[in-house]
Amino acid sequence: MPALCRDCLTTFDHAARCPSCRSPRIVSHPELFDLSIAHMDCDAFYASVEKRDDPGLADKPVIVGGGTRGVVSTCCYIARISGVRSAMPMFQALKLCPQAVVVKPRIAAYAEESRKIRAMMEELTPDIEPLSLDEAFIDLSGTARLHGAPPAVMLARLVRRMETELGLTGSIGLSHNKFLAKIASDLDKPKGFSVIGRAETQGFLEPRPVRIIWGVGTATQAALEAAGIRTIADLRRWERVDLVARFGSMGDRLYHLARGQDQRRVSRDERPKSIGKETTFHEDTGDPDILDGHIWRLAEQVADRAKARRLAGRTVVLKLKREDFQSVTRRHALGDATQIADRIYREARDLFDKAGAKGPFRLIGVALADLVDEDQADRSGDLLDPDAGKRAKAERAADAIRAKFGKDAIIKGRALR
Amino acid sequence: MKLSIERGTLLKALAQAQSVVERRNTIPILANVLIEADGNQVSFRATDLDIEVVDRAPAMVERAGATTVSAVMLHEIVRKLPDGALVNLAEDGSAGRLTITAGRSTFSLATLPREDFPVMATSEYSTNFSAPAGMLRRLFDKAKFAISTEETRYYLNGVYMHTATGEDGPVLRCVATDGHRLARIDAPLPEGAQGMAGVIVPRKTVGELRKLLDDDDAAIAVSVSETKVRFATPAITLTSKVIDGTFPDYTRVIPTGNTRRLEVDASEFAKAVDRVATVSSERSRAVKLSLDEDRLILSVNAPDSGAAEEELAVAYGDERLEIGFNAKYLLEIASQVDRENAVFLFNSSGDPTLMREGNDTSAVYVVMPMRV
Repeated sequence: MPALCRDCLTTFDHAARCPSCRSPRIVSHPELFDLSIAHMDCDAFYASVEKRDDPGLADKPVIVGGGTRGVVSTCCYIARISGVRSAMPMFQALKLCPQAVVVKPRIAAYAEESRKIRAMMEELTPDIEPLSLDEAFIDLSGTARLHGAPPAVMLARLVRRMETELGLTGSIGLSHNKFLAKIASDLDKPKGFSVIGRAETQGFLEPRPVRIIWGVGTATQAALEAAGIRTIADLRRWERVDLVARFGSMGDRLYHLARGQDQRRVSRDERPKSIGKETTFHEDTGDPDILDGHIWRLAEQVADRAKARRLAGRTVVLKLKREDFQSVTRRHALGDATQIADRIYREARDLFDKAGAKGPFRLIGVALADLVDEDQADRSGDLLDPDAGKRAKAERAADAIRAKFGKDAIIKGRALR
Repeated sequence: MKLSIERGTLLKALAQAQSVVERRNTIPILANVLIEADGNQVSFRATDLDIEVVDRAPAMVERAGATTVSAVMLHEIVRKLPDGALVNLAEDGSAGRLTITAGRSTFSLATLPREDFPVMATSEYSTNFSAPAGMLRRLFDKAKFAISTEETRYYLNGVYMHTATGEDGPVLRCVATDGHRLARIDAPLPEGAQGMAGVIVPRKTVGELRKLLDDDDAAIAVSVSETKVRFATPAITLTSKVIDGTFPDYTRVIPTGNTRRLEVDASEFAKAVDRVATVSSERSRAVKLSLDEDRLILSVNAPDSGAAEEELAVAYGDERLEIGFNAKYLLEIASQVDRENAVFLFNSSGDPTLMREGNDTSAVYVVMPMRV
């Protein structure tokens, strides 16, 4: 059976230890050198970056997340021993692990590391589909001759390089489609390398619960449960037409995924549905001035992200959550798509005024939806607002200044509220 | 109430009433038309609380009275009756039913009491004047395409009718804009309209008003107050609330220093714009105009779907210019031109462009360019 040493990258026929370096970190699988679609997922990415940058944290449980009201973004593996999980409310995490060190997220630092990792992946193939800062699909089909090595070797080399050059570890899932690759990367974390081959796909999937299917959340899970479907084997007993009749287009997906079939291509062009930012306040507030400051900052962050991705949106969305968790969402379609913070802010501000919702609020969010390419954005001016063009130019100029001298080189007074 | 009326007359009178009635409304009485019979006349009144229309028609009234029934249903029944039929409407008040008979057909419709029907409060009109239907038709028809549908700027959801000073003296002026294009249409100020308060006539009212204006020679009595506007012919009275808001100062939007003059046959131009825009699948199709000595090249370049180009012989004597527009806006303003050539006045590729018909300044259009 083909095997690979993850430390020295030697390939050989199956053995318990690497014949050349004696390492036990072996991955062997009958289809190891025939599979080419992978999912790379960094291990506790934010927490790992924090630990690397502050060696004092190395042996402590670290939670990355915001404030007392926030939730856990990432926690290191030490914190996970106490039961802390991502997306858990902070107070609960601290109850489970009172000695944890809570670090405020430094998204800019993580984005920087993410860029370095992406550059390493781009040396392997242009077919990369980043899912977030810390995970991506990689399609290495047809690259074996170019690299002189099969995909499995290149992937092992990628994570080894991440560890030696950046001090960050990642787990690889290797399979024959995206669905299975994503499942595989999660099987052996951290520093994992898991393979799901074609021959074992069926046997692997059948006993698993349906929630391993990407996109099956609590709601779908409950609906499936109501139909008596708990495992993928249960799902396989259903005819395609029946699944479609009961679950709509989701039923069609379930039918194919239950059989390990997934035709989606690895492509970076998959455009997000929306770009949004939201903030949960330390203290609930209904003060219009404070909220206005937040709307501006969120609009600016949304615009920054849209600009970075060369996207623009035709719809501005405002989301408010009241102290009793009741949420209000308002959206407004623009005639002309935009990526300009000033326009996003004005629209969101207008939505806020019109929503007439009574505070105090615990959360406010701004998003751009209905996304298009940036070359279709902000193409026509407004006759009745002749200064809009000037403000857009000022914003572009400020962007250029920030790009050169740093994020805080120039800010609007409005952002200080 | 009991009356007989010719089917065609009844259908015409009901047509306007049923179009004012909102299809989806939560107040049952607003779906009804108020029928009032007295003397030798019957009137049909419908409202959506913002607009009220009263349509009067001659009828043989046997017993005076009033009631209300579903406007849409009554209109549908009358529409389906044979042409030339004599229609009898009878209501005895106690049964809560209106009986409609024509030939061998009999219908019975549920009624609601007339007392429940909201009648728009009468208002003191500060200005009253008479204007030819043809003139009003031109003012509103040429302006209405530019009305905004965006609810956030509700004060643009109508036509701003006001008095102003045009090149040849005082004018009655209609302006509409949505921020991308603007139409400013003038007509000589009718006798008695001096000092009229400017009002924003809502989009729906403009649509309803259009039905009063088909007869060129008819005189329309116009009454204006701060909150309402009324248009009346001998048969129909249309009363509407006006939009409560301030129309923006449009005068600073209309460019005065545009010197680059293009003259082109409007219908040839529109056809060419329409043709080249076909290749674009974007929602806002951008057309590039490249102008050079007596030559106009229209082009569309849509990376995803294709490209198109067309050349037109035009009159243009200024420097080379490249400027882009939303194809839809160009088509709409070009279609307003009906007698002479379209004259475009440009400044730069980023500034508003002005369009008019020949040298006629009584109808000018402004359109914002688009980056291409």
